[in-house]
Amino acid sequence: MDDLYREVILDHYKNPRGHGVIEDADASAEGVNPLCGDEVSIYVQFAPDGETVDEVKFSGRGCAISQASTSMLMEMVVGKTAQEIAELPKEELLEEVGIPLTPIRLKCALLGLGVLKVALHRAKGTPLPQEWAGLDELELK
Amino acid sequence: MVATARPALEAQRLRADFPIFDQKIHGKPLAYLDSAVTAQKPRQMLDAMHTFYETSYANVHRGVYTLSERATAEFERARGLVAAFVNAPSPRELIFTRQATEALNLVAYAWGLNNLGPGDLVVVTELEHHSNFVPWQYMAKRTGAGFRMINVNADGELDLGDLDAIAAEGQVKVVANNLVSNALGTINPVEKLAEWGHEQGAIVVVDAAQAAPHHPVDVQALGCDFLAFSAHKMCGPSGVGALWGRRELLEAMEPFNLGGHMISKVRYEETTWGELPHKFEAGTSPIAEAVGFGAAIEYLNEIGVEAIEQHEQKLAAYALERLGEIPGIKLYGPPPDRRAGIVSFNLGEIHPHDVAQILDSEGIAIRAGHHCCQPLMTRLGVAATNRASFYLYTIPEEIDRLVDGLHKVQKILG
Repeated sequence: MDDLYREVILDHYKNPRGHGVIEDADASAEGVNPLCGDEVSIYVQFAPDGETVDEVKFSGRGCAISQASTSMLMEMVVGKTAQEIAELPKEELLEEVGIPLTPIRLKCALLGLGVLKVALHRAKGTPLPQEWAGLDELELK
Repeated sequence: MVATARPALEAQRLRADFPIFDQKIHGKPLAYLDSAVTAQKPRQMLDAMHTFYETSYANVHRGVYTLSERATAEFERARGLVAAFVNAPSPRELIFTRQATEALNLVAYAWGLNNLGPGDLVVVTELEHHSNFVPWQYMAKRTGAGFRMINVNADGELDLGDLDAIAAEGQVKVVANNLVSNALGTINPVEKLAEWGHEQGAIVVVDAAQAAPHHPVDVQALGCDFLAFSAHKMCGPSGVGALWGRRELLEAMEPFNLGGHMISKVRYEETTWGELPHKFEAGTSPIAEAVGFGAAIEYLNEIGVEAIEQHEQKLAAYALERLGEIPGIKLYGPPPDRRAGIVSFNLGEIHPHDVAQILDSEGIAIRAGHHCCQPLMTRLGVAATNRASFYLYTIPEEIDRLVDGLHKVQKILG
């Protein structure tokens, strides 16, 4: 069970990459995990082509799993286009996270990815897979 | 002081009654510190349900055959035990429900829908579980009544100084409050609130889900009008709970669920309602569960709720002392003499889910979350807390293991 808190997770948890806020971001969204009240906001700045992610940041509060996986996500998506991120399978992030997760903790690990997809969906009209649609409806801001 | 003839409770001996402890979790003995959410089950209660299914099961209040009469007698005997447990004047005032939540919804719908309107006020407290908060918030909105909240102070105790200001704002019609807070363990002054509520002409609705397993409950001494509780928190099965209500109020109320068993006469033109308690028990009841509820009450009576409460208060005092030694810990709630066996805390900035996950690897089960008390969490300025809660089978060694586990959490995540 302590595998959950292996070195790489703790590293991202204690030194999160891309933690912060982008003022006047090109795309942003906020999501809540109703199970635990965790909140995450994601901000995206595009390159001059208007499609490639130039900078991405996140803020909010959450458990080590959600904070670490969102931090890993920030590293994964810089340089990708909105369309590529919209098509990014969740398995790719979970592989990066690399720990066995129960269904409840899976929600923690995937909250950031869902919020990012919602932000891009709103800014660029990229497709939002069914499983994230609820997050878009939940989110009121 | 009244001397009690009953000996102190021996938790270590009682644990033998609970088969759940005959196992290891991640190779460690189970330290179940989440009894506030639901209690574990003694063999006596499990056997009672099993025997009932094997020897006496049939539907109740239906057949004329032997088995049905036997089942009915056991079901009604359970009602008598549950009613006596809260000192109800009559078992007819004791309605079996699915759980406390359904009991509270019953009152909100069957009383609230016909008695609330614009200019009226529904008053709840900041300590309420969502089950005694959301139905009233919804019913107030639906009927046009106002909705007010009695706030808590820094110790997590109700601030009754606001009552006059609330009364000045409208006609108080409902006062809904819990006897023991599930999130902080606060024991609330229900007698005072009931007296104030009745001065306003309100009904007083008490959520005793967290009180009934741990604290003597006497509906006549409390002076309330309705009281709800659940079997599963008091060594009984899930799926059954109870509502006690004053007879004159229950008789004047419209029914809640409609269907079989709750009727007097059904004609194409009109249906009339059955007598109490049947008027509020539409459909087939949780029969074996009610029998199990009765067996759980007999089990608790044998030990004595006073002895359980004393045992838990000692554990709470010990837990507050031991947890207080941990650097950076934040403890919530009142001092041990004014709380039940519940201790809510946060370990610095470490998320409660991470705390609970690491403790699980040590075989320790605690709750991490908002405890269905989001308004209270907002007041405390947190999204969630950790909560350790105790019962008659909890031993001090489990609190020591919790403290050791929390040191491990700090080592990993601190």
